[in-house]
Amino acid sequence: MSAPASPADRWREKYEMVVGLEVHVHLKTKTKIFCACSTDFGAPPNANTCPVCLGLPGALPVLNAHAVELAARAAAAIGCTIQPRSVFARKNYFYPDLPKGYQISQFDKPLALDGCIRVGTRDDGTPIEIGVHRVHMEEDAGKSVHDRFAGYSAVDLNRTGVPLVEIVSEPEMRSARQAEAYLVALKQILEYADVSDVNMEEGSLRVDANVSARKHGDGKLGTKTEIKNLNSFSAVVRALDVEFARQCAVLDSGGVIEQQTMLWDDRNGEVRPARSKEGSHDYRYFPEPDLPPLVLDADWIARIARDLPELPEARRERYRASHVGLSAYDIDVLTSSVALGDYFEQVARRSGDPKAAANWVLGEVLATLKNTGQSIDRFSVRPADLGDLLVLVRDGTISNSAAKQIFATMVATGDPPGRIVDREGLRKVTDDAALIAWIDEVVAEHPDEAARLFGGEKRLQGVLVGHVMKKSKGSADPKRVNQLLAERSGT
Amino acid sequence: MSRATESLALARRIGAFDRDGLNILLHAADDALRRAERALDERRDRGAALAMDGIPVVVKDNIATTDLPTSCGSNILGGYLSPYDATAVAKLRDAGALIVAKSNMDEFAMGSSNENSAYGPARNPVDPTRVPGGSSGGSAAAVAAGIVPIALGSETGGSVRQPAAFCGVVGVKPTYGRVSRFGLVAFASSLDHIGVFGKTVDDAALGLEVIAGHDPRDATSAPRDVPAYRDAARGALTGVVIGKPKEYFPADLDPRIRERCETALEIMRSLGAEIRDVSLPHTDLAIEVYYIVAPAEASSNLARFDGVRYGLRRDGDGLRGMYEATRSSGFGPEVTRRILLGTYVLSAGYYDAYYRKAQQVRTLIAEDFAKVFASGVHLLFTPTTPTPAFPLGAKSDPYEMYLSDIFTVTANLAGVPAMSLPIGRVGGLPVGGQLLAPHFDERQMLAAAYALERTLGEEAHR
Repeated sequence: MSAPASPADRWREKYEMVVGLEVHVHLKTKTKIFCACSTDFGAPPNANTCPVCLGLPGALPVLNAHAVELAARAAAAIGCTIQPRSVFARKNYFYPDLPKGYQISQFDKPLALDGCIRVGTRDDGTPIEIGVHRVHMEEDAGKSVHDRFAGYSAVDLNRTGVPLVEIVSEPEMRSARQAEAYLVALKQILEYADVSDVNMEEGSLRVDANVSARKHGDGKLGTKTEIKNLNSFSAVVRALDVEFARQCAVLDSGGVIEQQTMLWDDRNGEVRPARSKEGSHDYRYFPEPDLPPLVLDADWIARIARDLPELPEARRERYRASHVGLSAYDIDVLTSSVALGDYFEQVARRSGDPKAAANWVLGEVLATLKNTGQSIDRFSVRPADLGDLLVLVRDGTISNSAAKQIFATMVATGDPPGRIVDREGLRKVTDDAALIAWIDEVVAEHPDEAARLFGGEKRLQGVLVGHVMKKSKGSADPKRVNQLLAERSGT
Repeated sequence: MSRATESLALARRIGAFDRDGLNILLHAADDALRRAERALDERRDRGAALAMDGIPVVVKDNIATTDLPTSCGSNILGGYLSPYDATAVAKLRDAGALIVAKSNMDEFAMGSSNENSAYGPARNPVDPTRVPGGSSGGSAAAVAAGIVPIALGSETGGSVRQPAAFCGVVGVKPTYGRVSRFGLVAFASSLDHIGVFGKTVDDAALGLEVIAGHDPRDATSAPRDVPAYRDAARGALTGVVIGKPKEYFPADLDPRIRERCETALEIMRSLGAEIRDVSLPHTDLAIEVYYIVAPAEASSNLARFDGVRYGLRRDGDGLRGMYEATRSSGFGPEVTRRILLGTYVLSAGYYDAYYRKAQQVRTLIAEDFAKVFASGVHLLFTPTTPTPAFPLGAKSDPYEMYLSDIFTVTANLAGVPAMSLPIGRVGGLPVGGQLLAPHFDERQMLAAAYALERTLGEEAHR
């Protein structure tokens, strides 16, 4: 499958795209970073507020220890070095959804430095990695609502003070697709590390992209622009290509790129400059005097790294090393989310048959999820039940075709397979008397096909077996039916 | 109980003092006072006396109270009512104190004379033609005038000690972190302290004992136990080494103030203390450092007064116009000056030359104190101010006004505890002597103050 044509395509031969990404991620704490207000998404406007996050006179911030732990875990998961001492700083600017007139962030002493994210593998098998420059903590701002009340803007401060980490990459991506791969990998890591819901629709993962263009072979970076208002990974891809093409056209006609903030217009597929002021802020950063420096002792930092859950790359490696015979593609799919991999592993463990478990998860399970719109962690078929179903197939209790039918019932009812087998009489029938009775009925109902089989047209045997299976609702042992039909046709 | 009854009687005279035109109080609490009186009566019936039962207290207008406005002496917060009590206020109430009024102050605590109040200057009860000092001038004056025995003030560069000296009362600035700042409307967070005024050292010690202690809502508050400060009343000065820093006794110091200080030092020597000449060599840089660090933090702290959520709002052309109209009409000239100064020193390209450099010098000033205290000196003694209270309108040049804090800003920059107590009068005007102590050693400082006060007796006010 080839990628659809992009406005960037005609420039690629001459110019190289250089991309750095700033990703903001909500940490999944119960309470905000500097007060005890809830972080729940979707509460009525301004319900989750208090003097601290409203910035009322005299209120002071107190750092949420759990936010620090999740931020450190995020940083460790992307291989960053957590700093024993980091410093909160005030980023000063005026906006109605910023109640204090400054955002508490980190500036020249961030929480963590120097990580990397694997975005793919080269042909020679070496990993392609994108450097992560820094990870720092900050509080989110509120939300301005401009389209709700005629003549007024409204402000919802529920989001004010929700803890964030900002993850800043090095400018090491060279295409929009690579930027997308970085985002997919980063999102997966953060999900595995269990630090965030990483949900772009709810704003718990937000991306700003810095992009510049330069002639191939040019050692120096070009002037960059920053693209904001990117609401999906596909928007990132499209916006990067559109902006890259715009920059190339400017450069190619001898123009210069103005360093500025651009806004992505998803509907029209365009970038346009943000109002000129936005890019030229002097934020007057200085150390936040209301919060002491964040000092983390070496044991604590070591424990964070030690207690990290298994990360996607490690899980992929484990699946590769398990010699079940899964393809790289299968492994990527099974590890695409923590929950899917967990589900697969539970089915494999219960059934004792990883290969069959993988086949079922990649086949029936994913198809069912897609058709029913269920998510794996709320799937009506419990992994233990699916494991049991596979055991029933393997020990010959039911046939494979009966298993598919039972699975459908499990999806619909949530019942365990054993109960369905008993209730619907789907236990594989190997008793010759019963099988012969079904064969007799099929022969009587399909005299022409039976006569042709018994007349030597062997290819019709499968058709008759199918009739028997259908009549038995899948419970007949197809192997024995074949044998009996073969005996009867005298071969 | 007799004390409580007497104090209540004093509190009932608040209206009378207002009529005297001293303009000491901004918001008085008839309702709150009645409610508190009822609570007091109930406790009295139960026989459950508290540490400050019935004692009326005045609180500076920049410390949050739920039942009285917290306007910070500013138009931008005119009538603003806080939905919560400052921790210090809550502790006072829990101890049975009655918060009877909010006191006049320089707008957002920026000033040394109380002339920067949007509600007009407070006057010095000792001589109403003179300033009470600032920025906590109203609180100092309220104690000096006998309205209340105890008042809360706040300090960023001397705003408790300087007015205490000018009004002839005791003013204590505890160690940074000793008293929670939660509910103190921020001016310069790294320098801001809540402090206590008392008619006597014992009053101030009692107030401090009640409001001190760790507060989980202030990340800069210290998790340390609070000693019983009032026990320091029995302390002797035998063996205490008191440093006399030469930088605080410059050649051009008012000779009458020098003489009062020498007398106080002589008394402490007679009580068993050893007086030792010491040096704090970076003292002369303190005012400059202060007027970089404090405005820088203020420019950020005062950004929240933008007309969006509370306080004054003036419409203008668009959002930016609203900001400009609100802040231009809401802030007075001194506040505006400091916001501009602070914005400038934090700007890109100037940060290193001003703010970073000032913080480095601030560290040197703190190290001066650390070195002196590490050398076996227990306390320092200096004049609190270079002059007694000056007449209203006498200091029109801001820099000249800034110099009246020259002996007090160092303690804020270093975070060490310091206090002023009356050591006599010159020309009928009170003179304050300043004691400074190592971090968290308020007890030692108060012990010296108790001894000095006791020995001076009536001389302290003559």
